[in-house]
Amino acid sequence: MSAATPWTVAGIQEALRAKKISAREIATEFYADIARQNPTLNSYLALSRERAFAQADRVDVATACGEKLGPLAGVPIAVKDVISTAGVRTTCGSKILETYVPPYDATAVARLEKAGAVILGKTNCDEFAMGSSNENSAYGPVRNPVALDRVPGGSSGGSAAAVAAGLAVAALGTDTGGSIRQPGACCGIPALMPTYGRVSRYGLIAFASSLDRIGPFATNIADAAAIMSVIAGRDESDATSAPVPAADYASGLEQPVQGMRIGVPEEYFAEGIDSEVKEKVLAGIALLESLGCRRVSLKMPHTEYAIATYYIIATAEASSNLARYDGVRYGLRVPGATLIEMYRKTRERGFGAEVKRRLMLGTYALSSGYYDAYYLRAQKVRALIARDFSEAFEKVDAIVAPTTPTPAFKLGEKTSDPLQMYLADIYTVTGSLAGIPGISIPCGKTKQKLPIGMQILGPHFSEAGILQLARAFEKAGGFTI
Amino acid sequence: MTISREDVLRVAELAHLELTPQEADLYRGQLDEILNYIGKLQQLDVTNVEPMTKMAFANVVSSTSPGAAPHESDFDLREDLLKPCNIADAVLDQAPDAAKPFFRVPKVIDR
Repeated sequence: MSAATPWTVAGIQEALRAKKISAREIATEFYADIARQNPTLNSYLALSRERAFAQADRVDVATACGEKLGPLAGVPIAVKDVISTAGVRTTCGSKILETYVPPYDATAVARLEKAGAVILGKTNCDEFAMGSSNENSAYGPVRNPVALDRVPGGSSGGSAAAVAAGLAVAALGTDTGGSIRQPGACCGIPALMPTYGRVSRYGLIAFASSLDRIGPFATNIADAAAIMSVIAGRDESDATSAPVPAADYASGLEQPVQGMRIGVPEEYFAEGIDSEVKEKVLAGIALLESLGCRRVSLKMPHTEYAIATYYIIATAEASSNLARYDGVRYGLRVPGATLIEMYRKTRERGFGAEVKRRLMLGTYALSSGYYDAYYLRAQKVRALIARDFSEAFEKVDAIVAPTTPTPAFKLGEKTSDPLQMYLADIYTVTGSLAGIPGISIPCGKTKQKLPIGMQILGPHFSEAGILQLARAFEKAGGFTI
Repeated sequence: MTISREDVLRVAELAHLELTPQEADLYRGQLDEILNYIGKLQQLDVTNVEPMTKMAFANVVSSTSPGAAPHESDFDLREDLLKPCNIADAVLDQAPDAAKPFFRVPKVIDR
């Protein structure tokens, strides 16, 4: 594969139908590239060759027999290591699950394979998706393929780096406070966080259940839409998945965006933003205006409380969800004289520093005497943040803002200061708390050639609309503005 | 708001974490800084604000068109039907110490 003509979903479908290449040959090409680049990037933690080639062969047999191919036939896809894959080791980037092999597939993975996709392997991430730089993985950090001395963002850093480096056509990530959009921005590729409940979480190993979402990374908007069309939709195994048929997200992509009202919240351009990020995102907004969008200035007064709110709610939910890792049913067990001692020793050895920090913060926020001051108050502020958005969407069709305050930072730059790391999520946690969808798309580069991300947020279940805006932006050259 | 070393150790106990003395000191400082930052939530007046306890879509209108937002009443529970799943063996295969059909753990009951 040459960098000038990367594979796309449509390109693969066309090549397979024309019998120019087989699905097995495509998978072989990708594995060769992974063998070359992964020792440097560390984006994959496990490769699922056997499963991938079996699937590629099924696609090739179907092609030979003239059968109708699935919409993602032969498309090599990487899956973040917090998403369960039957028979393929799934560690969540943690030592506590170092040996865990799930007995079942997540619904999103099963749907991808049913559509013909070839799952190449599992991608590195911050431990239990807790982090903004991928440096919290127990299996080493991922390097940003655009600048090897920088982080790829997190927590879905391996998925973003794999796609940006051409080691997968697309990837699944998960977003709890920005973990899809932020690494998408850092690595310079489109990255979509769907509405809460749009994609089934069945088989997604839980971090914060009221926030977790699965969504795609791709190199272009059409591919992101094609994957969304496959993974979205009601799933009986996830009671929080929305009972609404998924749209065909690809069909409306080319519709004009003239007349769409785009909101620009002033709080997202206030102090703390890098001047080059600000300049490029404002240029991006001007480009959307030149396509006929109408710009509306917004005030979203509760934005500054989002990080504090998020780090109470997410850690509280995590302290409950991660109680299951105790050495009894799966993963690591460190022996102890009593049951409690076994729990403690197992968790002490199995969890990394950031996970422990968050479990303590969440436990503290839920503990007797502090519940009202922290958790209950955070839930109330969450309602205010959600209200900022619902009021905004009475005036606008979408909100446009930077994805991150700065471009990708250097490896090691923020590891000693957890609070500074948390503040990297300042523009993404708001949409997470409100449950709305958002996409980060490339919006030019800094003078140092570091990618800048612009996010488009929309009302609940407006994925089709934000993809349409993203596509118009892509078509108008916005990605390299 | 400041968190004491004793608070840190108490929380670690509640979370079933066994901290080294160095970890306890490190986390005390870091949690203190984070809690101070989080303290900004106390500035807001949240009187009469209902807590957001779940993802609700009450503010959006029900529609049958594809991609449109569902109404909260659409989130009905499925029928409670028995479905055999036969996964006990596959699950126990992942256990660090299984004595099928049980998980084996250190003795919990003295008698």
